[in-house]
Amino acid sequence: MKQGLFTIIENTQLTATVWQMRLAGDTSAITASGQFVNVLLDGKFLRRPISVCDCEGDELTLVYKVVGSGTEQMSRMERGQTLDVLTGLGNGYDLTDAGDAPLLLGGGVGVPPLYLLAKQLVAAGKKVSVVLGFNTADEVFYEEEFKSLDCDVTVTTVDGTKGIQGFVTNAMENISYTHFYTCGPEPMLKAVWRTSVTDGQLSFEERMGCGFGACMGCSCKTLTGYKRICKEGPVMRKGEILWQN
Amino acid sequence: MAELKVNLCGIELDNPIIPASGCFGYGYEFAELYDINCLGTFSFKGTTKDPRFGNPTPRIAECYAGMINAVGLQNPGVEKVISEELPKLKQCFHKPVMANVSGFSVEDYAYTCEKLDKEEQVGWLEVNVSCPNVHGGGMSFGTDPAAAAEVVRAVKAVTNKPVIVKLSPNVTDIVSIAKACEEAGADGISLINTLLGMRIDLNKKAPVIANKMGGFSGPAIFPVAVRMVYQVAHAVSIPVVGMGGVSTAEDVIEMMMAGATAVEVGAANLVNPFASRDIVADLPRVMEKYKIEKLADIIGIA
Repeated sequence: MKQGLFTIIENTQLTATVWQMRLAGDTSAITASGQFVNVLLDGKFLRRPISVCDCEGDELTLVYKVVGSGTEQMSRMERGQTLDVLTGLGNGYDLTDAGDAPLLLGGGVGVPPLYLLAKQLVAAGKKVSVVLGFNTADEVFYEEEFKSLDCDVTVTTVDGTKGIQGFVTNAMENISYTHFYTCGPEPMLKAVWRTSVTDGQLSFEERMGCGFGACMGCSCKTLTGYKRICKEGPVMRKGEILWQN
Repeated sequence: MAELKVNLCGIELDNPIIPASGCFGYGYEFAELYDINCLGTFSFKGTTKDPRFGNPTPRIAECYAGMINAVGLQNPGVEKVISEELPKLKQCFHKPVMANVSGFSVEDYAYTCEKLDKEEQVGWLEVNVSCPNVHGGGMSFGTDPAAAAEVVRAVKAVTNKPVIVKLSPNVTDIVSIAKACEEAGADGISLINTLLGMRIDLNKKAPVIANKMGGFSGPAIFPVAVRMVYQVAHAVSIPVVGMGGVSTAEDVIEMMMAGATAVEVGAANLVNPFASRDIVADLPRVMEKYKIEKLADIIGIA
């Protein structure tokens, strides 16, 4: 983990509620895709945990959804402004068990962390399939970005206005894969977990205090003991998850 | 040359800065970031007789200038704290440490304190009679002078280490409780624990926190803490450890002027992991600004 100041290179709107922020700073603490950063905002006491969408050289890309006053404040920030960011938080995805044909499933704002993962898997010579799930066509983002990585991309929308109608699991059933990686709302994670036919990794979300393991604010029970979403997570193995709901 | 040393219940601290229990784990998460031996000491995560997972999530809610937590004393239980956590703590921290203890009965407190009494590195026992996030224990001992005194007597019977009682602000008369603890043999008082608070999610039309209520901490509670430290410090003759929203070296000086011998830093560590280190480093500058040569000289000066 590192604390550092990052300078905004670009902050652009992707959909009605989703924004992309490119930042420059010391990214050396970011060691895996699926990790997150914790962003300090003026006037807000707690930091905002946001997943790493992309990281290359000294450039960090965050894709975030405006859900409250903190992220709304972020969306109004401009090029040249700086942010105090804790980087290198969480375990991130493990690439070692990906097999030849990993499948990545993202739901809504769960899509961003899969981008760096896809990039790494493609670079490792894998045949990567990606399913991006949204509610409706207007909410779709990053389809082209994944396609330009040479991933096999399928879009699903709940209302059928784009791609396959339904959920990511409807697409998942028709794809053959060696391992799955997913991030999205918990009901989606559970559906993916239930539908999956291989081992896989799921990234969870929780309200956090510190984001680096000190406060025990985001603990969860797993089959392998108590874990902190921010420290031993956010990525959990399929076989260790103990669903609470 | 600024003199930062203070004496807390017979043990000298290089400086009065003590990261508060529940905000600093067992030290090693922070030791990855900086040498935690720059601290006076720290109070490790609240320890109970039996292992506890704590409350369901969400456990955290944000507030203006603060936060609410309802962790509920998650800890592996005293046996594992001794066998697994303290050896790791010892690797990164070489000073006497403060052991924070909670319980659900007088016997629980005595049991846990007796175990921790045998640990060489434990310098002080901070007996938490003020956790707002557990039922049938914790705060219920700290809201009644007689019950608090009973815990103190039971703990004093099993240890020779200094016993510091951590008090709740969620009471009508904190002074009477502090005095009851002093009369029962407490060696020090620490305060304040968090203020009971609550937030409601407007979208969900329901409390943010699964446990509904939790402990409010952060800079917002600092004035309440200063007031209570002042009241208690003027009413007892044992040392007082002040805490509640302390975030800067100036806050530390203010807390000491109110009557604190040492100062705990809580929520600030969660936002800025370097907060306690930064406060220690900044103290000499602030002391010079206010023409303070020895921190020990300003305790209760206000």
